Amino acid sequence: MTSAPRDCDVLVIGGGNAGLCAAISARRSGAAVTLLESAPKALRGGNARHSRNFRVMHDGPTPWLQGRYPAQDYWSDLEAVTDGAADEGLARLLIAESAGIVDWMGGNGVRFQSGADDALPYSRKTAFFLGGGKALVNALYATAEALGITIHYDSEACALHAKDGLPSVTVRHPKAMRVIRTRAVVVASGGFQADRGWLRDRWGDVADRFVIRGTPHATGAMLKALLEDGAQPVGTAGHCHMVAVDSRSPGFDAGIVTRLDGIAHGIVVDRDGRRFADEGSHTGPTRFSAWGDRVARCPGAVAFSIFDSAIETRFRPSIFPAVRADGIGELAVQLGIDPAALEATVTGFNAAIGGDGSAMAIQPPKTRLATPIRVPPFGAYPMRAGVTSTCLGVRVDGQARVLREDGRAMEGVFAAGVIMAPNILGRGYLAGSAMSIGAVFGRIAGREAAAYALH
Amino acid sequence: MPCTDDSPERIAAEARRALEICNACQYCNGYCALFRALKSRRQVGRADMLFLANLCHSCRSCYHACQYAPPHAFAVNLPKSLSLVRQDSYRDHAWPPVLRGRLRYSGRAVVVAALLAVAGLSLAAFLAVPPETLFGQHAGPGAFYRVVPWEIMAGLAGIAMLWSLLAIGFSVAAFWRSMGPAPANVPLLPVLRETLRDAATLRNLGGGGAGCDGRDGGLSQARRRCHHALFYGVALCFTATGVATLYDHLLGWQAPYPLFSLPVLLGSLGGAGMIAGTTGLALLKRRADPGPVAASVTGADYALLVLLFLTAASGFALLGLRDTAAMGPALLVHLGIVLGLFATLPYGKFLHAPFRVAALLRAAMERQAEARDRPRA
Repeated sequence: MTSAPRDCDVLVIGGGNAGLCAAISARRSGAAVTLLESAPKALRGGNARHSRNFRVMHDGPTPWLQGRYPAQDYWSDLEAVTDGAADEGLARLLIAESAGIVDWMGGNGVRFQSGADDALPYSRKTAFFLGGGKALVNALYATAEALGITIHYDSEACALHAKDGLPSVTVRHPKAMRVIRTRAVVVASGGFQADRGWLRDRWGDVADRFVIRGTPHATGAMLKALLEDGAQPVGTAGHCHMVAVDSRSPGFDAGIVTRLDGIAHGIVVDRDGRRFADEGSHTGPTRFSAWGDRVARCPGAVAFSIFDSAIETRFRPSIFPAVRADGIGELAVQLGIDPAALEATVTGFNAAIGGDGSAMAIQPPKTRLATPIRVPPFGAYPMRAGVTSTCLGVRVDGQARVLREDGRAMEGVFAAGVIMAPNILGRGYLAGSAMSIGAVFGRIAGREAAAYALH
Repeated sequence: MPCTDDSPERIAAEARRALEICNACQYCNGYCALFRALKSRRQVGRADMLFLANLCHSCRSCYHACQYAPPHAFAVNLPKSLSLVRQDSYRDHAWPPVLRGRLRYSGRAVVVAALLAVAGLSLAAFLAVPPETLFGQHAGPGAFYRVVPWEIMAGLAGIAMLWSLLAIGFSVAAFWRSMGPAPANVPLLPVLRETLRDAATLRNLGGGGAGCDGRDGGLSQARRRCHHALFYGVALCFTATGVATLYDHLLGWQAPYPLFSLPVLLGSLGGAGMIAGTTGLALLKRRADPGPVAASVTGADYALLVLLFLTAASGFALLGLRDTAAMGPALLVHLGIVLGLFATLPYGKFLHAPFRVAALLRAAMERQAEARDRPRA
């Protein structure tokens, strides 16, 4: 190891869940740690601010988890949603290490809700933290400060110089630019969903209509820097984790509350007034994500959930008022859809409903929850695709070291969280799994980075 | 639209907006009973809002955990919004009804009323009691009554207390109706047990076990502990008064009682609790993060704390001075403050206690009704 002067042993880029875990873990391993958070203090924490639970393996009931969720079940769930694209070694590591997340988080100030709390949905697979993601983020920052980690807010890493094995990072702060030299760096800066230009490269102009559900600071600058430095890409640049949201949602950071709950109960039409998918295909927890991709691929990436006043009572309303009208034609006019087209769609749909709650005599069919739309006033919610995160990342090994195209590790460069999650979740998503990846690989990256810096 | 201290309509609209966002999120449902009660409501009407606002114990955990708190565009500030609704709910249910909508909860009126009671009582005493009695040394049983005759003392206190009880009773009854129809045929015993537990332990001020959030996210149970000291302190003082009444009427033992008698011991312990509780709550209030606090409600909060503090402090002064020539004035001050406290209870922050118990009772009834109607697995 060179004796060149360094500003810190471990520099962590990103102040979300993975970055905080990495910083705390590196500090507890004895390193002098600096953490860069590009958001201001009040909006710190990245997408973890909007999170709710960890998916954890456990072989028996605990105060925080009911039943059991054996490693094999966890692996089967991951394999199913990712179509077998997950790196099995890393996935098995995630599963094994996930068992320790709750205790480790508890030791760092995070509180969990009792698994038996009937205010929560029954879950044997995930542990809910008390108060949600911002409470977790607050607790981890408090712990990080108490441990003596240096935290810089409003500090965006905009360039990474990693070539010689002694990384340095150019940091943009409202008051000044500076270069921080370190012995090891942990990149935990998330996806690139907040970079509209990059999204447009992959999705075309419809990307302008996407709502970004999380932080506006996930610009992917460090992801781009690592890829340009020769890091091996994993995942799919053109794929996003998405859900359908109310199109009146703010452009960033609306989190969970603008999701639309009742899509499966009515019908969904595109801007031409035509149905394009089986609304009854997903009625469980997957119903949100199923519609994200569908809406994103609609003409203009907009769609409309249509219902009547009888159907409306069966789901939770949006936080935004429904568009209402006494006739389907009038509703169409308000939505900017051709009235004749929407009337024809509704009439055809109503006529196709069979006695068993499905509408099979129409293309596309509605396989479940098919109810005629005929009790005025009619209502509609405009929908957009809401992006949770992108699915392009850098390849890492079991020590969270970033790997080059040739499989060698980049000296002193580690990655954790969404920037490496595509090693496991290249496509598909499981509730609470991204937070678990952040916690598990954040801990590993912090520990390994400290060991590298101090050896 | 950020939360502003404004007209009742704006206050209600803002609280409804916040509650609807909270209902879509529900991340805070481990903190207190409010979120669970909210979840069973598809929409939030006026009755729901009154209920939920008074169910909120203002622990502020949800504010610090809120992903939508300012500077987020949604600017959700549930504790602040609900505290404003709560204050309007006290005003809109005041008794007699002629006062509804007219009272101002600045807190100044409450303190002025107590001072007026002290002044009025003192003036009456100066006019009616010879100076050598008023400023004389008195000892032995009945010493207090030589300055203020028992009939007058008991009469004034009785009238103030009765008025207070009536006004509070009518207010709470009106508030109960405003919360809308209660669930019918729920098992009474478990409902009362849960309500008593929630009121006695202030479970909902505990931040789901983590404690209330103080400034900068530091968690502690300090507010809950201070409130316990104050509440149980007041309860001990009432017990002391009750025991003294029994001594007087059943046993013919007249006050003042010796230092090591039950009324003095209970009263001293209670008074110490009140002083510790009010001081602690006032200090915590001064140091609290101003974010989730509405400036327009703190005046009434401080006023009640000041009166309760003065009640206890003047009680200790009387205990300390009762063998000296200052006993007469000390008695007048203590009695005046107690009268002022009772007379103003129905028109200030004190209403939070019976209203919150009513809301806790309602929440327990809803939970029992839900458990009863839930299909058995």
